[in-house]
Amino acid sequence: MKLKSVIKGAGYILVHTPDMVLTSGTTQTTERTVNPDSPYLAELPGHIRSYEKVLEYYPNQVYIGNVTPGEFEAVPSPWHDKACPVTSRHGKFGEIMPQEEFLLLMQACDVFDLIKLEAGFVAAVKPALASDPVVSEDILARIPTGTPAEEIKRLVDEEHAEGLLHLGKLVGCMKRAHDIDVNLSAHVMLENIVSKASSVLALLHAVKNTGIGKAEIEYVIDCAEEACGDMNQRGGGSLAKSAAEIAGLTRATGSDCRGFCAGPAHAIVEAAALVTAGVYTAVAVTAGGCTAKLGMNGKDHIKKGLPVLEDMLGGFTVIISADDGVSPEINLDIVGRHTVGTGSSPQAVISSLVTEPLEKSGMKILDIDKFAPELQNPDITKPAGAGDVPLSNYKMIGALAAKRGEITPKDLDSFVKEHGLMGWAPTQGHIPSGVPYLGFAREDIISGKIKNAMVIGKGSLFLGRMTNLFDGVSFVVQKNSGVAQAALDEGAVKKLIAEALRGFAQSMLSEE
Amino acid sequence: MDLENQKRVKEFSDKYGPENIVVLLGASEGEASGLAAETVTAGDPTFAGPLTGVSLGLQVYHVCEPEIKSEFDSAVYEEQVSMMEMVIDVPDIVKEMTTIRDQYCKFCS
Repeated sequence: MKLKSVIKGAGYILVHTPDMVLTSGTTQTTERTVNPDSPYLAELPGHIRSYEKVLEYYPNQVYIGNVTPGEFEAVPSPWHDKACPVTSRHGKFGEIMPQEEFLLLMQACDVFDLIKLEAGFVAAVKPALASDPVVSEDILARIPTGTPAEEIKRLVDEEHAEGLLHLGKLVGCMKRAHDIDVNLSAHVMLENIVSKASSVLALLHAVKNTGIGKAEIEYVIDCAEEACGDMNQRGGGSLAKSAAEIAGLTRATGSDCRGFCAGPAHAIVEAAALVTAGVYTAVAVTAGGCTAKLGMNGKDHIKKGLPVLEDMLGGFTVIISADDGVSPEINLDIVGRHTVGTGSSPQAVISSLVTEPLEKSGMKILDIDKFAPELQNPDITKPAGAGDVPLSNYKMIGALAAKRGEITPKDLDSFVKEHGLMGWAPTQGHIPSGVPYLGFAREDIISGKIKNAMVIGKGSLFLGRMTNLFDGVSFVVQKNSGVAQAALDEGAVKKLIAEALRGFAQSMLSEE
Repeated sequence: MDLENQKRVKEFSDKYGPENIVVLLGASEGEASGLAAETVTAGDPTFAGPLTGVSLGLQVYHVCEPEIKSEFDSAVYEEQVSMMEMVIDVPDIVKEMTTIRDQYCKFCS
């Protein structure tokens, strides 16, 4: 009997990083290099949102599960000028962590004594972090008492450390991990620790949400876009196992899977395959956030008088486990692939990811209740001239349905409404890639609201300058077909063996 | 426009001469098309890339504009572009592109 893999649950987290927008986002670091006196850099601090403002931002509340996609769709965009009635830090999928607590969590994730935080700052913030229900004593115990402010300043001024700011004040620093290796520079180490710490936070929430024991998770796949390693093996890894260690997943090992924005979809297919093959019974697919993309479209946002909306790090964890008889299953018979030979036109891409895998299983586009392609928040992308990314994807899928005669062109809008979603994910590269919907999809499939959903991840491989190719992978989650292997009790097994023996005996008799 | 693409456009223009270059865009909406077209004609409006202050005035078209569509084998166009043509606002893109070409193109007939 073929095993099944299911979506056991998920965790989704955001981190508000108002100072990191200024210090670490590449739009800003580039500007400081090429045009340090630019009006943009001067104006930027006036467009940074407060923590209270990001709590009342609709897309953020959807991301952590306090507002459903259906409720969100009823609120007309733009959302930056509207206040969500729910302003809770915690949601059913995760939380929105403030920057000061995250700096302490980063410290807890630093096992090489590279982060120094000022003693007074640590003392002031630690009680708040301690009150987070997912942050356990063993994590808090990793945070030392702190360093004098003068020593931090010296490290920044004389030792190439990167300053860690909170509300404009120097509260710590990230030291370089090597004197000359750029892969271990303070800047790269900061990117990697941020990715690791936000992944840890997502892992902790996913464990809490699923109720799975930490010891039950046997493998972790990190699918973020950072790479850790040194000059002899840049990108050697493993962010996965590093995060698993801090999260207390003592029986897990893991590895990193990369595919730009398509990384999460690749990782989930791999996790499902590992569980279906019986290699592992529970795999966590996880990703932390990316400092480089903070404020990426800041220039356009400021030009249009908006707050800088890319002030959130995103993270998620999806736990794929052996069948529990309830959770939606991943149908590995319907996996879409953008291959080397597919071509890069949008038409070829969408066909390879949507229609080709469905056709193999005798299905049509309309047989999928909800599609989850890249779910970028259009509040962020539209002012930057990149349009509404999810809407463009839905129109493409709808146009393909029209070309195939499944709908007429005039039904395109209703197709988008019925089979689409409004984007709510921060533009953190891999984060919007279909997976933000899995938490809601799991609930809606279990409740019977929908029967299935297709997640589509797409990645721009050409950004790495190794190939001009595009990439993508898709998979389908669907209602659990029941009869869980796990539910086979001892009696049922005995009955099966007895039937087999009876059949064997009869065949022996007939041969005589 | 991506900084690396700006660099490539500038290199091609230096190597082959700006009068011999046609830039073909595939952006999905008018504003993005207009920004890219402006970059390769008037210069980078974001003042970030190699085309900042460099007015190449190149011939630039969107793949869905009629002048370009007529150059294609119709079967290839049907296979590669027709789906997007159904999705995007072609008249808006044509309007944006024409405005930019009229203002900044140095080699359009």
